[in-house]
Amino acid sequence: MKNRRNKSTKFTLPSKYLLLILTAVCVMLMAITFLTDFPSTPVSNLFGFVIMPFETGISRVGVYLNDRTEELAQIRELLEENKRLKEEIDALTIENNALQQDKYELNSLRELYKLDEQYEDYEKVGARVIAKNAGNWFGSFVIDKGSNDGIAVDMNVMAGSGLVGRVTEVGKNWAKVISVIDDNSNVSSMILSTEDRLIVSGDLMTMNQRGSITFSQLVLGEGNTVSVGDKVVTSYISDKYLPGILIGYISEVNGDSNNLTQSGYITPAVDFAHMEEVLVVMNLKEQIDEKEAKAED
Amino acid sequence: MNIKRNLLIALAIVVCFLLQTTVFKALSFNGISPNLLIVLTVGIALMYGRKCGILTGFFSGLLIDMYFGTALCFYALIYMYIGYINGFFNRIFFEDDLKLPIMLITASDLVFGIVCYTLLYLLRGRFHFDYYFLHIILPEIAYTIVTGIFLYPLLLLIHNRSIRENKGSMSID
Repeated sequence: MKNRRNKSTKFTLPSKYLLLILTAVCVMLMAITFLTDFPSTPVSNLFGFVIMPFETGISRVGVYLNDRTEELAQIRELLEENKRLKEEIDALTIENNALQQDKYELNSLRELYKLDEQYEDYEKVGARVIAKNAGNWFGSFVIDKGSNDGIAVDMNVMAGSGLVGRVTEVGKNWAKVISVIDDNSNVSSMILSTEDRLIVSGDLMTMNQRGSITFSQLVLGEGNTVSVGDKVVTSYISDKYLPGILIGYISEVNGDSNNLTQSGYITPAVDFAHMEEVLVVMNLKEQIDEKEAKAED
Repeated sequence: MNIKRNLLIALAIVVCFLLQTTVFKALSFNGISPNLLIVLTVGIALMYGRKCGILTGFFSGLLIDMYFGTALCFYALIYMYIGYINGFFNRIFFEDDLKLPIMLITASDLVFGIVCYTLLYLLRGRFHFDYYFLHIILPEIAYTIVTGIFLYPLLLLIHNRSIRENKGSMSID
């Protein structure tokens, strides 16, 4: 006991210096991770083995709790909702008839059918969402499959029929996914019907306010028009995303002041608030290997 | 006894991180979940002073950085300074006073939110500070305070136990 005490008095470091040293370490590490490709995964892998099993278990408890609270809230609302829904059924029946007669709708349904067939070609692996970003600012999350299950960086992630995001970091038994609604996310995409290209950007503010993300730099081809409800899919020129995956539907279009491009809002096809399971597409977008290209020169 | 205390703090960091990223994400209101690690950092800094605050903040932030950060040590730096500054209030720390820790948690989370907004959003040209303040920062503070009211007494329990053991071992010395 006495020994330890002596030691601790010997090595006592004033907190000021501790702060300075750690600040220097932090700034250095930040600079290193920013400026180089130094991956933080080796460090996190170490923790991954310890923490991930807990995370899987705890998040199940969380989902359970969430379900129970939602059930409680639902019971109160159910009777009210039932009444409202019956009224809605009548309205919808009329609307449905009108829709069935609509030829454009039929065409778009056929396109969607084609889209679904296209997805079937991709090999997919199901994964569970086990943790979400610690802060409230960004929309990244962690899934319970990693390099052990063949998952690699830049693989696309889907839920249902829509695009969720892509894998940005991979550990042995976990992977980090950045979603398309993340404020940092930009996806090169196109309008399905006209193949006009645009950029879809995640936006926390519009996502909170109106449940949609923004798009910009839409250049319409000659004679093409874009209207609310058009499907937006990933484009052929994206170097991370496979082509033709549904991102969402256009909910508003505004002309930009330069009179050349258009921007507006897109409603995502995926319900990001209630996402528990996702599908990781195991096919990677083929890349031109820079080293090989250089060697050929 | 010091080692035991440090182990308890380390365990608390991991538990808070796990809860923050899983259970409280499932229990989020309108997409907002509380910042448990701020409560922990403030609490530890208040009870044990600057040095403990620095280290608790550093490792709490580092954990976030490793899983969700874009640059390593970004959150570690913010949490570390929050721990350091709160450590100064160690001098006026009283066990049965709940007002001071709640005030410090509020102030710390406010600073955390504003720093996050400035560095991660403002610099990318997201200028609607009023919106982000009202819809992200303020709700987070409110939710954090509510969880802090429950979490802080738990931290006090650990604190009281280690003090009792400290006294015991001192009498042996």
